[in-house]
Amino acid sequence: MAVRRPRGATQLVCVLLLVLIAFLSVFGDPIWGDRAREIDPGQAFGPASAEHWWGTDDLGRDVFARVMASSQLSIKLALLAAAIGVGGGVLVGVGQAVLGPFFRRLLSTVITVSLAFPGLLLALLVNAVLGAGPRGAVIGVGVALVPPFARFTQTLAASAAASEYVAAARVLGVGRLETMRRHILPNIAKPLMLTALMAIGTSLVSISALSFLGLGIQPPRYDWGQLLQFGLQNIYVHPMAAIGPTIAIVLAGLAFNLAGEAFADERSRSMLPSLAGTGLAERLVAKVGHPGDVTAQVSHDDTDAIPDSEPAVLRVKGLRVGYPGGVQPVRDVSIEIRPGERVALVGESGSGKSTLALALACLLDGSSAVDWEQFEFDGVDVSPGSEAEHRTLFGTKLAVVFQDPTNSLNPAIRVGRQLAELRQVHYGVGRRESLAAAVERLRDVQIPGPEVRAAQYPHEFSGGMRQRAMIASGLMGTPRLLVADEPTTALDVTVQAHVLQLLKRVNEETGTAVLLISHDISVVLSFCSRVLVMYAGRVVEDIPTADLLTGAAHPYTRALIAAVPDIDTMTSKPLATIPGTPPNLDDLPIGCAFAERCPLADEQCRSEDPALSLVRGTQLVACHHPQTDRTPIPQTAVPASAS
Amino acid sequence: MVALTAPPTDSVAVRRRSPWPAFIARRLFRLLLGIVVVVTLAFLVIHLVPGDPVRLALGPTAPVSQVNEKRAELGLDQPLQVQYLHYWQNVLTGDFGTSIVSRQKVSTIISARVGNTATLVAVSLALTLIGAVVLGMGVAALSYRGRRRWLLAAYRFVASTLNVIPEYVYGVALVYVFAVTFALLPVAGDDGLSTLILPSLAISLGPIAGLSRIVRVQTEEVLGQEYIQAARSKRLSALRIYGRHALPNLLTAALTIGGLLLGVLVASTVVVENVFARPGLGSTVVTAIVQRDYPVAQSVLLLLGGAVLVVNLVVDVALSLLDPRSLIKDS
Repeated sequence: MAVRRPRGATQLVCVLLLVLIAFLSVFGDPIWGDRAREIDPGQAFGPASAEHWWGTDDLGRDVFARVMASSQLSIKLALLAAAIGVGGGVLVGVGQAVLGPFFRRLLSTVITVSLAFPGLLLALLVNAVLGAGPRGAVIGVGVALVPPFARFTQTLAASAAASEYVAAARVLGVGRLETMRRHILPNIAKPLMLTALMAIGTSLVSISALSFLGLGIQPPRYDWGQLLQFGLQNIYVHPMAAIGPTIAIVLAGLAFNLAGEAFADERSRSMLPSLAGTGLAERLVAKVGHPGDVTAQVSHDDTDAIPDSEPAVLRVKGLRVGYPGGVQPVRDVSIEIRPGERVALVGESGSGKSTLALALACLLDGSSAVDWEQFEFDGVDVSPGSEAEHRTLFGTKLAVVFQDPTNSLNPAIRVGRQLAELRQVHYGVGRRESLAAAVERLRDVQIPGPEVRAAQYPHEFSGGMRQRAMIASGLMGTPRLLVADEPTTALDVTVQAHVLQLLKRVNEETGTAVLLISHDISVVLSFCSRVLVMYAGRVVEDIPTADLLTGAAHPYTRALIAAVPDIDTMTSKPLATIPGTPPNLDDLPIGCAFAERCPLADEQCRSEDPALSLVRGTQLVACHHPQTDRTPIPQTAVPASAS
Repeated sequence: MVALTAPPTDSVAVRRRSPWPAFIARRLFRLLLGIVVVVTLAFLVIHLVPGDPVRLALGPTAPVSQVNEKRAELGLDQPLQVQYLHYWQNVLTGDFGTSIVSRQKVSTIISARVGNTATLVAVSLALTLIGAVVLGMGVAALSYRGRRRWLLAAYRFVASTLNVIPEYVYGVALVYVFAVTFALLPVAGDDGLSTLILPSLAISLGPIAGLSRIVRVQTEEVLGQEYIQAARSKRLSALRIYGRHALPNLLTAALTIGGLLLGVLVASTVVVENVFARPGLGSTVVTAIVQRDYPVAQSVLLLLGGAVLVVNLVVDVALSLLDPRSLIKDS
């Protein structure tokens, strides 16, 4: 996400500008002062020329020289105001942390209330008291900076105080003031200084504003704001007199503000690596219920015989997905799903199963390159890039249930309206009628009091109820295929069962085919009639669920099953895992992607990627050495590794 | 395996005590506290002035009798606490005294100009919100997921630069470009819509840049959410996805900052009215400060401060209506 700006360049520019400003504020008056004061009535309102770069003012004085010469006063006033604001703010902020709870609350309330007022109003208030002039301007702008700086200091101090070393200091009996001085202040000094830099910029701009309004520096003295006031009055005659001081104010204001920002960004950037980088090495640890129950269930499922003659609801050939940077999360996948079928897609994290699911639903966005040889959904042939032409088809006949129900319903829209939307958009049904349909669907998925619930927002729903609402949302059309991407992972066990039961009922009652993405073998065994095993972006095995525990032919599938601990697994033994790690999707080997981790791998495996081909019945496998003996896979098939 | 036949048990209590009364009470208390602070500060303006405010206002040549008469008129000869109570009484009855300089009633001066200022603030706010949302969402949508990196880099640089430039500089630049160079729009005065364009642009350009950065980050976050994926899975039009599904979710943040910005907009108005010579509260207060016309200065500041407070309350309530979750977070 982090698009890098050439920060080094920004910082360099800021530093150069700051050096220039420092130079001008020291040497500006000595160099240009005389010239700035030189009156020449013959030259009044002179245009820009080689002699007078920015022309001359009403008395024939050189505008460029006047802007340069007044740098010192402008900067000096800004520094003074910033010093008042930063000093006062830090004092109040630190005071809050050091004082007892009563004063802390009181100060906090005062700051909150004063933060509500724009700084300029506070500055004007002080100005009204002290009268128009530099004193009023500086104190006014300074005072206006106190509340925001106090709040900033207090926030920083509070987060530093929450750290462990401060807690340790407290335990050692170090006093509050001492803790502040020794442990907290040094740690918040850097962000404070950067913000102080920005405060100088803000002061400069604000004091110039007051001078511009005639409330700051009074003639005959002049600063940039005062010069700008004069320039604006004469802008028709002599625009450069206004543009000159404008350039000075903008550049100086920018230099301070951008410097604060550029260096602050640097700091927060250094914290980034600790947030990212958990990597692909995540291991699959699946659990299984009681094997006896499962087989009973599976054999029952198998009796839901589907006539082979019926055309597939989804037929995909040669599907490929590529991300920028050469990553190929999905490589040459061919899948066929028949009407009413319940198919599982399993694999480790990072095997590409979620990407495949999104690609099958035509939901990958433009940043990924998706291509296929054939894509036929509900009898309609979809060519690559033409997904948008089939909006109604996909919108009404393909439903998607996402992993995290807390996040898949829009928090800002009432649940009923979210469901109703689909009918309104794709069927052109009116608001009231579609809402009534939404209530009916909510009732169908056993949400109690659906009329009341439809008018509620998602945050008023529990997790399981939200997932049921998502399923109801999918049923607002006439889905032929429901893609469920780990629909139960985020739910607790009892709720998981209800959601699966609901999916099954939907499947049985409406004949909607279900593609269930999961890494939970027990869920797969109880729910699906066919399993697709994915490894490194390819489907490596396509097997009826009934055969999974005994007839898996791919070494990876067997290893997966072996790695599933059952209820009898000795808790004293380490859990079985598959040795090695999945390959990087941006650097895949030429041959079989599993060869590195496979005990049976030979030269052929390393040089030639096996194609998915029929081994037995309807079972397909992509392996040069398919395991064809039908023996139950022992739990210790793969030696336990301690990684 | 858990029995699949168990009825669903995961229903959450449908009736929850409404969080609204407590919320409103808290906000009203904060408003009240703010108003007390503002009134007290406004009251103190004249009392904190070093030296004799009446002498300063009337000038060194005014006769002593006139100064004393004015002091009595302002009630400055009474004890402080009496004056304070009296001030409250006056504020609550809408009596803000008379101008020392023009001898007009302050309430008359204010009511003649408040409309002008309010219009400018309202137009600027609308411009800021619309501009920032369109710009922020647009950039986020165009640069989503690492597309058009150059656009994002350019946008970031331009936005952070424009954000820092003050309103009066925009004012001067707009005057130069549109009035001096091209002579398209009037630069000064108050004459309907055409005189509103440049001032409101001057006020809102900076806030648009700043707020759009927040909107962009929010949009990027919202677009990555599963509910947007879910909305896409319903194959809704792009307009519906961005407008109906994404916008409400980033509006809370945008409006929260927008509400805070309103104070800044009010302050900017004070400055910009002077750039464009618009008769409003801003030009009034600046003239009053220069002329040491304390009754006018303190009343206008009181009014502007009070307006900011009330507006903050309105924004808070509006936000909670828009996004009910914020109520729960708040309590």
